[in-house]
Amino acid sequence: MTDAPSSHPGWVEQELYGWGRYPRIGSLVARPESQRGLVAAATSAASNGDSSSGLIAHGLGRSYGDVALLRNGRVILTRRLDRMLAFDESTGVLRCEAGVSLEDLLEVFLPRGWFPPVLPGTKFVTVGGAVANDIHGKSHHADGTFCDHVNSIDLLLASGEMVTVSRDQHSELFWATVGGIGLTGIILAVEFALRRVDGPWFETESIRIRDLDHFFEVSAASTGFTHVVSWIDTLAKGKRLGRGTFSRGRHAVGNNQPVGKGLFSKLPLTVPIDLPNLVLNPFTLRVFNEVFYRKQWRAETKGLVHFEPWFFPLDVIGNWNRGYGPRGMIQYQIVVPPDPEHRAIRTVIEGIATSGMGSFLAVLKEFGDNAHGGLSFPMPGVTLALDFPNYGKPLFELLNRMDRVVAEAGGRVYLGKDSRLSKEMFQQMYPGWQEWKAVRDEWDPTGRFQSELGRRLGLVQGPVDKAEEAA
Amino acid sequence: MSEDVTENATEDQPGRGCAVVLGATSPIAEAFCRRAAEAGYSVFAAARSAEAAAAIAADVSVRSRQSTGSCAFDALDAATIEAVFAQAEQELGRIALVLVAFGDMGDVGGADVGGAGELEAARRVLDVNYTGAALASEAGAGALLRGIGGSQTGDVPTLLGIASVAGDRGRQSNYAYGSAKGGYALYLQGLRNRLFKLGVHVVTVKFGFIDTPMTHGMKTAIPIASPDAAAQALLKAARKGTDVLYFPFFWRFIMFIIRSIPERLFKRLSL
Repeated sequence: MTDAPSSHPGWVEQELYGWGRYPRIGSLVARPESQRGLVAAATSAASNGDSSSGLIAHGLGRSYGDVALLRNGRVILTRRLDRMLAFDESTGVLRCEAGVSLEDLLEVFLPRGWFPPVLPGTKFVTVGGAVANDIHGKSHHADGTFCDHVNSIDLLLASGEMVTVSRDQHSELFWATVGGIGLTGIILAVEFALRRVDGPWFETESIRIRDLDHFFEVSAASTGFTHVVSWIDTLAKGKRLGRGTFSRGRHAVGNNQPVGKGLFSKLPLTVPIDLPNLVLNPFTLRVFNEVFYRKQWRAETKGLVHFEPWFFPLDVIGNWNRGYGPRGMIQYQIVVPPDPEHRAIRTVIEGIATSGMGSFLAVLKEFGDNAHGGLSFPMPGVTLALDFPNYGKPLFELLNRMDRVVAEAGGRVYLGKDSRLSKEMFQQMYPGWQEWKAVRDEWDPTGRFQSELGRRLGLVQGPVDKAEEAA
Repeated sequence: MSEDVTENATEDQPGRGCAVVLGATSPIAEAFCRRAAEAGYSVFAAARSAEAAAAIAADVSVRSRQSTGSCAFDALDAATIEAVFAQAEQELGRIALVLVAFGDMGDVGGADVGGAGELEAARRVLDVNYTGAALASEAGAGALLRGIGGSQTGDVPTLLGIASVAGDRGRQSNYAYGSAKGGYALYLQGLRNRLFKLGVHVVTVKFGFIDTPMTHGMKTAIPIASPDAAAQALLKAARKGTDVLYFPFFWRFIMFIIRSIPERLFKRLSL
């Protein structure tokens, strides 16, 4: 019956997890319907429990690991804050609440000739999450990150006050919030610029890649394309190391032919239940990678394609993450700085190929020169993203070894996808972390905003650390 | 403006007149505002808080490029309810659709049977959910009658009133709310009868579990529908001329069973 009492923000016990479905962590969860409700929930969190229990915002749960999770703490779901507050038709500048998704933006604005400034590999992310993880996409070398298009951010601070931060206003807090994984405050609204496009179509080219050197060759020759990405076969060793398919494209000009509505918006396929852990094993991974490589049987193909399957090949299958079974999956994304001999990236790909744990899909791409410092991930160099079934200890040992290779090369791991990086490795990988933390601590001296990842990496103190310090 | 015969027409579709939503901040009502704009209505959002109503109107206008308006009202003050319709007509023209969505679950049914706090709480629940909703519907019916014959699309002017499955049988946990909603459903039934020959349609709406703050975190074997699905069901009911809408549909059967339990047995249960 409809008689649960609740006109005020209710906190309920709930288990949450990221897109990797590992780890899974129970917390007290609220889902406010408005900015006012969110502020009320944050305030009630402060007065209800000891403040050391912490608070973190959580959008659509597409970060893979524990960046938006919090044990023994409180989590505020922002997905119902999805109002578009103002739009300037002449400049494409939109002001919207943090829970608006990129899917929402595409649905509302693409028919009017506007495109999100940056699109990652899925459209099911919120604008707040896009800022907090400073997301990037295929066009990083041309367009930078999402935050390069952000004018200002409305932030709920630890003090309960709201501030608007921008490059001119509290700029140190603006830059700490860009890629700041939610630890500087709760993002309430964002103002950013959309991009003018003629339609949903992309001119694309696909090129079969023989090996790693060939990848870098093609990548260097692709400067005329705003969007590039490549899929590689992580099981290929020796001479074939790095083989795969290079894909590049740009917005088609002058083609505004619409597509039938709902062609891609409805999910025709879904993984309704957890597949058994065994479904993805070394053998099936080998077959998949082989097939994926052979699919590009011509050396080069060209075509005009709709952006959706090109940008979001996996969004077509609802809950594809469940294919990895109840154990969940680990996503590992790294970037290493440019090196004429490509030693570090070769070592990492080799290490994975030799381990036999393979990866379902591996993505390789060169970033542009744009970098933001702080905890923001993108930096000049080449980035590799891999999915692993969560094999547990042997996988963690492999990734720990890879971490050392990456750190020594001056590279880093993407925090928005992480669930296992060590504090020591993190500190080597993000040399700007202390300055970032100094800004964070100044705006949140009592450590109200926390996350599992933040505690693990020593960015915030959990209740246990605090108790130890007191003793 | 009301003299403008093109109403709120866009390039894509003819204008359908204005949809007025009272209690626009509920997730279902807000989703209804978005869907109504998408279907070609201009939207006037009214809520307890002027600021919240304005945010919803802004969102609807950014998303749909329809004309929108907003204002605050107090469900306990009939003058402010009438003012909603007057302002909507003045700003957006002919009113074609009215949704009465506000309500207050209140907090009645504690240990203190008949206590002073209990009486005050019960009065508020009755006033908002019965008197307020009935007067809003009456005023809304008047506004719809004024707009009769103005439709270019041939739509029947329609009033949607959100009653509740809680009004189908009195229960210990929420009988103040349930009785007010039950009374409101009767009011709507009478209004439907009266307005039929005048060309205005009335839909009585009874929602089951919808994914709102009320049900967030609730563990139930019965599926919970999204606010957007509920909003689409409202528009469909208006289009089809449904009299009593249960949504999701199986709540009609659930409530049939609950109404069929003999009182001698029912009074011993805690459903």
